[in-house]
Amino acid sequence: MKKVFALLTVVFAALTLSFQTIAPEAYGVGDKAADFNLKNVDGKNVSLAGIPNAKGYIVVFTCNHCPYAQAYEQRIIDLHKKYAPLGYPVVAINPNDKVAQPDDSFEKMQERAKDKAYPFVYLYDESQEVAHAFGATRTPHVYLLDNTKTVRYIGAIDDDSENPEKVKVKYLENAVDALLQGKPVEVTSTRAIGCSIKWTKK
Amino acid sequence: MLLFCFLVLQNLHAQHIPSIKAAQLTEWKNAENDTLYVINFWASWCAPCVAEIPSFLALHQKYAPQKVKVILVDCDFNRDLETKVKPFIRQKNIEGLVVHMAEKDPNTWVDLVSTEWSGALPGTLLVCKSKGIHQFFEKKFEDDELELAVQAVWKNK
Repeated sequence: MKKVFALLTVVFAALTLSFQTIAPEAYGVGDKAADFNLKNVDGKNVSLAGIPNAKGYIVVFTCNHCPYAQAYEQRIIDLHKKYAPLGYPVVAINPNDKVAQPDDSFEKMQERAKDKAYPFVYLYDESQEVAHAFGATRTPHVYLLDNTKTVRYIGAIDDDSENPEKVKVKYLENAVDALLQGKPVEVTSTRAIGCSIKWTKK
Repeated sequence: MLLFCFLVLQNLHAQHIPSIKAAQLTEWKNAENDTLYVINFWASWCAPCVAEIPSFLALHQKYAPQKVKVILVDCDFNRDLETKVKPFIRQKNIEGLVVHMAEKDPNTWVDLVSTEWSGALPGTLLVCKSKGIHQFFEKKFEDDELELAVQAVWKNK
């Protein structure tokens, strides 16, 4: 009987593992995110806990090459400028495999961050473990974390990727504003079109 | 005169890409007929999307008589329609299969396609309401995977 039980446990563990590798959105709203330690474009490693004066974090999976990421680049810069002083800095993470997408290599990240004068950290998730842990699937893909690193919002930055001037609903800003005011976040998740994350071929 | 000729030629080449709104997705999903809709979401700048387009064209050519309808929903920005999408469609010979998603906020329509879809491109929906088929793939199809996926749900129909 014990053997059967042990076998079942192994099978169950294997199934769980296999599901984990394909399951999207590993973190849901309300889940607590694990901290990470990733290399920033300045060569120094960054963890969430190490970011000073943060009341929360606007974690954005993004990259260099994706037209949607590019369309949102200035808006991500503006978000950081607006919200970092209020305690919600942008933490940008590029999860793309550099072989599948050479434009998203660490060196190219450094170039882009310099050219566009990124005011936020731009981290390289080379092992893709952080993207897997969060359940990120595309760029851009936003996760808003509060001061306990609990996920409070997942999804899009706003409702118009093509035309910043025609945006009607700023989903992410609404969520951050709610947290700042100690109110519940009304829209906690939205769908957005984006470039699929370029996973490393195994 | 030169400009005139240029404009005429341009016009001859210009093809119409129908625009769709979210309601069209619901219409396909709820169609009371015996057609399998193979609805692929793509963009001209999306490398994996571009790579799998020939398999959708091949599927269309081979399975159209068996009531398989291939629809390629272009998710490019509106501003790129004339300059990028139309030339691309001509080059790939997929005129007639492409429609353009004109809805600006994906949050209003991504869940209509499938609640399993995160919105990453490419994505493909196989749907035929009358036969109870509703299968979504958030992936790029390799080799003959697309045809096999269709055959798996559309045999002896």
